[in-house]
Amino acid sequence: MDNVMTEAELQQMECVYAKPGTLTETRFHYCPGCGHSVVHRLIMEVVEELGITEQTIGVAPVGCSVFAYHYMNIDMQEAAHGRASAVATGIKRVLPDRYVFSYQGDGDLAAIGTAETIHTCNRGENILVVFINNAIYGMTGGQMAPTTLLGMKTTTTPTGRTVETAGYPLKITEIVATLPGTYYVTRQSVHTANAVRQMKKALTKSFQYQKEKKGTCFIEVVSNCPSGWKMTPVQSNEWLVQNMFSLYPPGDIKVPK
Amino acid sequence: MSDIKIMKGNEALAEAAIRAGCQGYFGYPITPQSEILEYLAGEGRARGMIVLQAESEVASINMIYGAAGAGARVMTSSSSPGISLMQEGLSYIACAELPCLVVNVNRGGPGLGTIQPSQGDYFQATKGGGHGDYRLIVLAPSSVQEMADFVYLAFDLAERYRNPAMILADGALGQMMEKLQFPEYDRAAHRVAKPWATTGKPASRNANIITSLHIQPEKMEQINLHLQEKYRLIAEREVRFEAVQTEDADILVVAYGLVARIAHKAVQLARESGVRAGLLRPITLFPFPYEPIRHLAEQVSSVLVVEMNSGQMVEDVRLGVEGRVPVRFHGRMGGVIPSPEEIADLFHTMAGSKVAHHEEVS
Repeated sequence: MDNVMTEAELQQMECVYAKPGTLTETRFHYCPGCGHSVVHRLIMEVVEELGITEQTIGVAPVGCSVFAYHYMNIDMQEAAHGRASAVATGIKRVLPDRYVFSYQGDGDLAAIGTAETIHTCNRGENILVVFINNAIYGMTGGQMAPTTLLGMKTTTTPTGRTVETAGYPLKITEIVATLPGTYYVTRQSVHTANAVRQMKKALTKSFQYQKEKKGTCFIEVVSNCPSGWKMTPVQSNEWLVQNMFSLYPPGDIKVPK
Repeated sequence: MSDIKIMKGNEALAEAAIRAGCQGYFGYPITPQSEILEYLAGEGRARGMIVLQAESEVASINMIYGAAGAGARVMTSSSSPGISLMQEGLSYIACAELPCLVVNVNRGGPGLGTIQPSQGDYFQATKGGGHGDYRLIVLAPSSVQEMADFVYLAFDLAERYRNPAMILADGALGQMMEKLQFPEYDRAAHRVAKPWATTGKPASRNANIITSLHIQPEKMEQINLHLQEKYRLIAEREVRFEAVQTEDADILVVAYGLVARIAHKAVQLARESGVRAGLLRPITLFPFPYEPIRHLAEQVSSVLVVEMNSGQMVEDVRLGVEGRVPVRFHGRMGGVIPSPEEIADLFHTMAGSKVAHHEEVS
């Protein structure tokens, strides 16, 4: 084919963007179009750019990103379901000069781990919490999450979530923003190139604040689940904008004064 | 040895933790062991320990997971209902092979139960407790002195075998005051390298991963085989027990912790009236002293097991005795402590004596 470059031609090109060295060679297992791989990459890009690879320890959750440590080439711990922020607290308390982050989904952080989330933020632990909200339990096959929208169909709300049986979607990011222990609380997404750039800035700021021991930084990422939502990747991103953003609007919720 | 001090069991244990170089304590208040957290919040923090009052026992055991995984010498403590809440975390800690100390100052159950002493958590402590095949190293103190001594031992065993260790005490041992001396302890001499800890990955090594997830069945079986081999090694090397007047014993009583002290008194009472009783006190509940019991079962005519529960350790004693002689059980529950006289009475019954001890003396 004419449009395939030779190795020699490739060598002559300037490298403007590359996979960060902080990611392993393991291919992501995530479904096509899923936001997890984008967020994984962004965290590792920022860690590399800040030159803190050797000082950063991550905590993986239970959920689709349970194997985050297969991809992130840094020291990591795999926590029990919902306990990532408690595990991160334990690490940070005994290694206060390291950078510690937890990476959690909506079921992990806002259902089974709600108490750990609230109290970690309330103590103002100097860690970063990355919260992936795709309004569904992906790994277990598409059950209702605490953040599932009203009317949204999941395998456990087959006719759509109703207030009568399942109550309301939990806006936990707004809750943690009210706690004096949190320093920076923001809601981001990674569905467009511009959103990715904004997310990267939020990550960079969070690690900087952690260095300055400012308190808990909390980034919600409104994300998609093409498989669980039963949509194509493109459809899922459109659905995200049309439906998720009205309840979970992107933007900073709590910024340093 | 240092000066003789008089302390509560819980405080002695906490003081020993500071002296043993414990770097972090994460715990939640519950009677009858809150003095441990209180003592460390004052004295421990003042001497450089990280002390965090967690929002729950679920959180504190997971903080232990994180901190132990990061290579620190850390501990938590609780009492029965709180230890139940920690079982999930303990299962993960056991699989991830993280050394740490967990103290259970046992109170009466089930349920919210009572705050009085009990040994009702023997099964939970020695058979795993949470999900999956795993064991804790379990030490059972029977004095305030041992509440302190076993802290050093538990940390050292935990780190030597990369395994969680438990001190299984009871409400009376935690609350009572006795004299004790803190042993000399050279922390540096007991320091164990932890090259597996997540301390931040230098370019020179692969990433350290603390996990209990191995999704391939063959891999998970290998992990289990490795754990079982470790437990076998612990059972081979680390059995600890105390034998009192067993050399010529005709009746053997097996008891641990607080009950062993009461049984010791009962042995004295029985011997004063001519019954040759002897005591075997398991110090390690896992690994359990099956072999010494097997050996004594060839000598004595019967065995009595006394516990503050409905009969838990008695099952292990029967495994040791292997049907050689009758094994009788006596248990008190709900926080009731057996008396030396009621145990001595049982010795007399077992020896065929018609005269119960208390009738002789009263």
